[in-house]
Amino acid sequence: MATLEYDKTGRLLFTKEMKKEYKILLPMMAATQFRIMKRVFDEYGYNTELLETDGPEIAQVGLKYVHNDTCYPALLVIGQFIHALQSGKYDVHKTALLITQTGGGCRASNYIHLLRKALKKAGLDFVPVISLNMSGLESNPGFKLTLPIIRKLVGALVYGDTLMLLRNQTKPYEVNKGESDALVNSWIDNIINQFNQGKGFKLEQQKQNLDDIARSFAQIKLDKVPKIKVGVVGEIYVKYAPLGNNNLEAFLQEQDCEVCVPGIMGFALFKVDNRLQDIKLYGGNAIKFKLINALYKYLEKMESLIINCTVKYGFTPPGKYSHLRDLVDGVIGLGNKMGEGWLLTAEMLELAESGYPNIVCTQPFGCLPNHICGKGMIRKIKEINPKANIVAIDYDPGASRVNQENRIKLMLSVAKENLQKQQSTEHHSTVQKVKVKAKAKALAD
Amino acid sequence: MMKVGLDVGSTTVKCVVLDEANNILFSTYERHYSQIKQKIADVLTKAKRAVPQCDNSPLGISGSAGMGLAEACGIDFVQEVYATRVATNTFIPGTDVVIELGGEDAKILFLTGGMEVRMNGTCAGGTGAFIDQMATLLNVPIEELNALAEKSEKVYTIASRCGVFAKTDIQPLLNQGARKSDIAQSIFNAVVNQTVAGLAQGREITGQVVYLGGPLTFMEQLRKDFDKVLKTEGICPENSLYYVSCGAALCAQKAVNFEQVISEINNYHGSGNFAYNPPLFKNKEEYRAFEERHQKATVKTGDLDTYKGKVFVGIDAGSTTVKAVVVGEDGQLLKSSYLPNSGNPVPIIKDFLEKLYEECPDIDVASSAVTGYGEEIIKNAFMVDYGIVETVAHFTAAKSFMPDVEFIIDIGGQDIKCFKIHNKAIDNIFLNEACSSGCGSFLQTFANALGYSIEEFSKLGLFAKQPVDLGSRCTVFMNSSVKQAQKDGATIEDISAGLSLSVVKNALYKVIRVSDPNKLGTKIVVQGGTFLNDAVLRAFEQEMGVEVVRPTISGLMGAYGAALYAQANYKEGKSTLITAQQLKNFVHEITVVNCGGCSNNCRLTINKFSDGRRFIGGNRCEKPITKKKPNEALNIYEYKLKLLQEYKPKPGKRGKIGLPMGLNIYELLPFWYAFFTELGFEVCTSPISNRKIYASGQQTIPSDTVCYPAKLMHGHVQTLINEGIDTIFYPCLSYNFDEGMGDNHYNCPVVAYYSEVIKTNMKDVRKITFINDYFGIHRKKDFPKKACEILAKYFDGITLKEVKNAAKLAYIEYDRHMAKIKARGEAIIEQARHEKKEIIVLAGRPYHVDPEINKGIDKLISSFNVAIVSEDVVCDKVEKFRTGVLNQWTYHARLYSAAHYIAQHDDINLVQLVSFGCGVDAITTDEVREILESEGKIYTQIKIDEITNLGAVKIRLRSLLAAIEEQKNKEKINANN
Repeated sequence: MATLEYDKTGRLLFTKEMKKEYKILLPMMAATQFRIMKRVFDEYGYNTELLETDGPEIAQVGLKYVHNDTCYPALLVIGQFIHALQSGKYDVHKTALLITQTGGGCRASNYIHLLRKALKKAGLDFVPVISLNMSGLESNPGFKLTLPIIRKLVGALVYGDTLMLLRNQTKPYEVNKGESDALVNSWIDNIINQFNQGKGFKLEQQKQNLDDIARSFAQIKLDKVPKIKVGVVGEIYVKYAPLGNNNLEAFLQEQDCEVCVPGIMGFALFKVDNRLQDIKLYGGNAIKFKLINALYKYLEKMESLIINCTVKYGFTPPGKYSHLRDLVDGVIGLGNKMGEGWLLTAEMLELAESGYPNIVCTQPFGCLPNHICGKGMIRKIKEINPKANIVAIDYDPGASRVNQENRIKLMLSVAKENLQKQQSTEHHSTVQKVKVKAKAKALAD
Repeated sequence: MMKVGLDVGSTTVKCVVLDEANNILFSTYERHYSQIKQKIADVLTKAKRAVPQCDNSPLGISGSAGMGLAEACGIDFVQEVYATRVATNTFIPGTDVVIELGGEDAKILFLTGGMEVRMNGTCAGGTGAFIDQMATLLNVPIEELNALAEKSEKVYTIASRCGVFAKTDIQPLLNQGARKSDIAQSIFNAVVNQTVAGLAQGREITGQVVYLGGPLTFMEQLRKDFDKVLKTEGICPENSLYYVSCGAALCAQKAVNFEQVISEINNYHGSGNFAYNPPLFKNKEEYRAFEERHQKATVKTGDLDTYKGKVFVGIDAGSTTVKAVVVGEDGQLLKSSYLPNSGNPVPIIKDFLEKLYEECPDIDVASSAVTGYGEEIIKNAFMVDYGIVETVAHFTAAKSFMPDVEFIIDIGGQDIKCFKIHNKAIDNIFLNEACSSGCGSFLQTFANALGYSIEEFSKLGLFAKQPVDLGSRCTVFMNSSVKQAQKDGATIEDISAGLSLSVVKNALYKVIRVSDPNKLGTKIVVQGGTFLNDAVLRAFEQEMGVEVVRPTISGLMGAYGAALYAQANYKEGKSTLITAQQLKNFVHEITVVNCGGCSNNCRLTINKFSDGRRFIGGNRCEKPITKKKPNEALNIYEYKLKLLQEYKPKPGKRGKIGLPMGLNIYELLPFWYAFFTELGFEVCTSPISNRKIYASGQQTIPSDTVCYPAKLMHGHVQTLINEGIDTIFYPCLSYNFDEGMGDNHYNCPVVAYYSEVIKTNMKDVRKITFINDYFGIHRKKDFPKKACEILAKYFDGITLKEVKNAAKLAYIEYDRHMAKIKARGEAIIEQARHEKKEIIVLAGRPYHVDPEINKGIDKLISSFNVAIVSEDVVCDKVEKFRTGVLNQWTYHARLYSAAHYIAQHDDINLVQLVSFGCGVDAITTDEVREILESEGKIYTQIKIDEITNLGAVKIRLRSLLAAIEEQKNKEKINANN
């Protein structure tokens, strides 16, 4: 039985013994990506479980143990953990929790501390919490984020992002209902199988797999009736997690829309690029710059894999990160890095440009960075691209779903009208696209 | 073919029948009191009776409450804003902007020049419901509000963010005796400001404006106010109430048979899928046992007619009710009165005393005391012996029921007050922030809105099977949660019980923030009018898992405590209370003036009484009363403000550069001033903030939930532009200086990047040179080079050498400025210690020095004869230490260190200023509290926003000072033993 060990500051450590004996609970965010990523941890001998619990109790538990004015994702993630620990399903003396920590200037870097406070309040302070971060913030003897793990996590992310993107583009139009989802599931199994055999991470294997994946989606029989195309952006948790956004994706699908949720890869590139930008803006170590730049280049390579395979089979590829960066030139500074920062603005611009002008911008109620890079930029985006039809939706335990859906429906009504107009002038669309780009550039200059 | 449209709103159902030429053949407008299905059936039947041919025509449903229903019954649903748009384009082509106020929604539609629609955010609350609430508060029928407003003479500033805030502003105005007509007008003004500031979001409202919806249709004065602010003349068309239903009709495509629809709607039961709690009582027996148990907590009573001896009078002039008691020498209750406060407590108390003297001409009043919101005016009007702070009154009363009480919670009409008792002294006080107040009166307003009295309504919930889980949030949120629950099939009983639970949850999780009832102790006394409600009481016991004591005089506890206080402090002789004779000549006159004493320009209400006595209300400091300035020497906030004013523009060869005074510029002014002055710029700062500055920029604020200091920046930049300055410097600063106290040295996202919002949302900024690049002041060595590169984008001929030199001076000036503040702060502490004065660290952010942001709270504190310093004076007196949270923001690290220092010193206490909407402070407040409480210190937090009244703040501060005093007395006694 593992003993509880603490570091100098009094932080409970996740020890090597614990790695053998403990189950690690992971919070859920983006289903497709996280399901694959979980398996990477399993492969390295961690016994993990992805929490897929749902329901209003989770927010209630969160409210009980976390300051009520803290952002909604913290309430949910912490609520979900404590709810699980109190459910009786786990041996709490053999359970650890894992949470990400970005180290940015936003409140999110404090989730781990709020989680520890909450555990203490709930009398569970013997449960170790592992920080998953790339900033060297906290270390644990029993949990090491080694380079191979990072590489495999990135690999999992590439597969996850690709599957999500393709599914979103085929599902609304599929002739045989359920085919796209079934394909996603079979690919997840397939990939995990490869992982278990130590395959699927090498560049060539990745390329082959992605090609196979995209081809298989291209073979789905589609009935391409024009549909309202909606993009979803926002604070990362409420953007992806159905628990956080009241099942936004499902709601939009019910409303007969094609949904595009930009992938996590962009965010990963953004977080790495931030460090480069910091050095460019304020000065810093040239060697450090080179090292980070190598990582950045690596991620860009991974990104290109997704783009190449999707383009090859006629899908709308994700916006290229370097292009997104160009889009915000003159709109918002690249130093704006807290939370989703300028990337959020860029994603909205890119979605509007690539055929998803109808956008739901999601954020937790009172989200600080989004005051600036979300709500604060909507006007400017509309100026650059008048087609942009954006609705900002706040999520928190008190905001009722009926209000949120009502607002989204308003956006959809306008979208529908635009779609009808567009259909009558369909043949101009390609010409217009070029014009819009030119205009964005002109305004930016 | 005809078309039928239904608009199912939050409070009403509207129905129209249109003919082929879109003429309205039939229309009806009815309140549905949440009986939506029945009401729809009614109006459809009516429509069919009036226009028989309309059956089997296309039918469209719109409105927030109609959404799920329409979908489930296969009827065309039209989003309501969209419906409005369609109707307006049909009936009034050429309309540019539509402003529509509904029961709970406010909307602006821009129809031309880039169609845009804006609806109020989840926080902005309702407008129709808001006006309703305000009318209830003024105790006038809603119809009269308009007529009242027409007669107004003055306008008060009322916070326009949401109903709860406005209420906190209005109540004290009423208590101070302000005229109802002036308040009515002020309410309209608040609605206009809210709509314009909250919804326009930087887009100008020009061209042909159309007003729609109930409030704007019925209230001419409100329309006029919009006209005035928008500098336009809008029209309110005929049938303005029916635009949404017309739009629904116009969009309808699917013909339906009414009877079939009615039967389908009747079969619609919602998803039945709402979160709920266990029932309050399983059965009648359980309820009876509960009732019996609580009947035991009674107070001794006596008969005033036969009673001989001294009596003590206690008065509690609360926000929604006025309570008065007469108590005998043994604490027996001889007479009591519990009356609604219809705005002005003076006539109510006059009436009470008149009756008292009439009934008992020989009464021997030995002493008297008053507490509550109206304490000061009542004390002055009737010459009451003692005025005491509410917390003390309630504690005194609770002790008489349970001498070893550990925790007291009082839920009144507007306030939740809780205090922990430790060592027989008030040890910790929790008062609700403005945003969760109004819980008691919310129940009442809700009951009335549904057509019940509060008693009936709360009884409904006692045996509800599935009390709805409405969460613990502000009342405006609850409104929409209730709507959702109704949609999902919750019964009125479930909702009643759910609302009672919400009141309790608000108190527990939002105000006191408990997670474990054991922490509050087992000896709990609950009181306040709201706890007379059995459903609330039961919900509290259930949620806490303990049995509590509710005195049968729960609603009178404040008054009873005041009477007991009067008795305890009785010395000899007669009470000063107004006599029967004096009462006969009692006259009360009210005038309103603006104080010119300082830049706060408080609006003062002057009450004159018969014998020439005066009482002034609405003041923030004692200046208008004593004509003396509060002790300036011991207030560092005033000193800091003065220091910043000393940076006067010096003409330079490179022309003027403007600095907006707020957020990241505020404390860094010395830095940038020295930097740019040295580079040859004339550095002009925007003036000290006031409402006018705020108003000048409020139309351009894109996010209505951002903090007030950020909102003010729009006004500062606008002011600079208006002054003709064509270069403004407002940088982005991810990082602040590393003061070595934390793990990192970020600015919060808003302080760091708000200039991006200014740049993209303020039209006039495009006319000037706006420098908002990212600067790295934290890297002293790299700064000159990087700054030089940036400046080269805007100016010719600034050399690196010049910049290096300017930067050197900038860093020196900044250090000198901070050192001055420290020195001054230390002098204040020393003097205060010497004079044995209390010292309070008024902690917040550097920009909280701005008087428009801190609302003069520093002056208020210093009027209690207390010395004030800020967190930066004491924060470097402690070594770096480990905090329970990630300590990554420069300004916030100072808070933790200051708290750490204060925790170790007996003669210093901390009051933290928190801006409403500050997400970062959700983290810091908990941490600061923990640091202080670990050493047994009291933590006090004050939330500030656009709120202008300091009533609640005063209670909090007085309670804090009373608690400190008591603690000291206890220590003295302990020391003597």
